[in-house]
Amino acid sequence: MNVSQLAGLLGLRVFGGETGLGNEINGGYTSDLLSDVMGHANAGCVWVTLQTHKNVLAIASLKELAAVVIVKGYQPEPDMLEQSSIEGIPVLGTSEEAFEITGKIYQLLNG
Amino acid sequence: MTAETIHIEFQVEGGNFSRAGYPSSEVKKRLKQLNVDGSVIKRTVVALYEAEVNIVAHAYRGLISVDIDEHKILIRLTDEGPGIPDIKKAMEIGYSTATPEVREMGFGAGMGLSNMNSNADRLEITSKVGQGTTVEIVNFFHK
Ligand SMILES: Nc1ncnc2c1ncn2[C@@H]1O[C@H](COP(=O)(O)OP(=O)(O)OP(=O)(O)O)[C@@H](O)[C@H]1O
Ligand SMILES: [Mg+2]
Repeated sequence: MNVSQLAGLLGLRVFGGETGLGNEINGGYTSDLLSDVMGHANAGCVWVTLQTHKNVLAIASLKELAAVVIVKGYQPEPDMLEQSSIEGIPVLGTSEEAFEITGKIYQLLNG
Repeated sequence: MTAETIHIEFQVEGGNFSRAGYPSSEVKKRLKQLNVDGSVIKRTVVALYEAEVNIVAHAYRGLISVDIDEHKILIRLTDEGPGIPDIKKAMEIGYSTATPEVREMGFGAGMGLSNMNSNADRLEITSKVGQGTTVEIVNFFHK
């Protein structure tokens, strides 16, 4: 499944990084601790978080993650969005909480 | 691979998170150009990023010096800062002196040094309280 398909199936808002919508997704990681993601997320994951700043994209890019999903209706800060287009890593959004959206993503990837 | 060696330096400003990750992303590009094994690149990038962010989060300013030869990458990060009184304790997962503002950004989990340890073939940390800290990371291209 790619990012665009995931966004479509779960009704996720695409904030930016559209050039990466074709990125293939092979898993997910849910955490708000940046070093946790740095140490444990794998390439190709979608990262579910409530963090909305630019460093999220720096980590997503270094780890070659597929996309970032911001939860609870939070909005990405402008420099996060800018970095999202530079890196071609989509930033998506949902009004749901991390638990719910993570469960849905898990089911789509493993169902 | 050629016997050419590469030297790169980066300045790091304490407290300035907006540039964090730039050195790692540059080093990643160079290692890719040199066709270094992907898993070595991944490990190196994690270790360097964590070490850089520690200067940004905990010190005043620092210098990153990177040397690449045909066998390995050697990264030395020296900072002017408060230093680390008890390095063994600082290495423990969960130990952090990060400020509330830094924690709010999602840093300060106390996992950075542990990530550096598991992503470096060699890691050496020396520190003088009230002066600063030096971190040396070595990763080899062939095992
Ligand atoms: N360069 C440094 N200068 C001064 N203190 C440091 C430095 N690097 C690490 N420390 C000390 O060691 C502690 C642990 O570092 P570590 O990187 O493991 O966690 P952290 O930076 O607090 O949080 P995280 O890396 O998970 O975001 C820090 O909180 C700080 O007290
Ligand atoms: Mg740290």
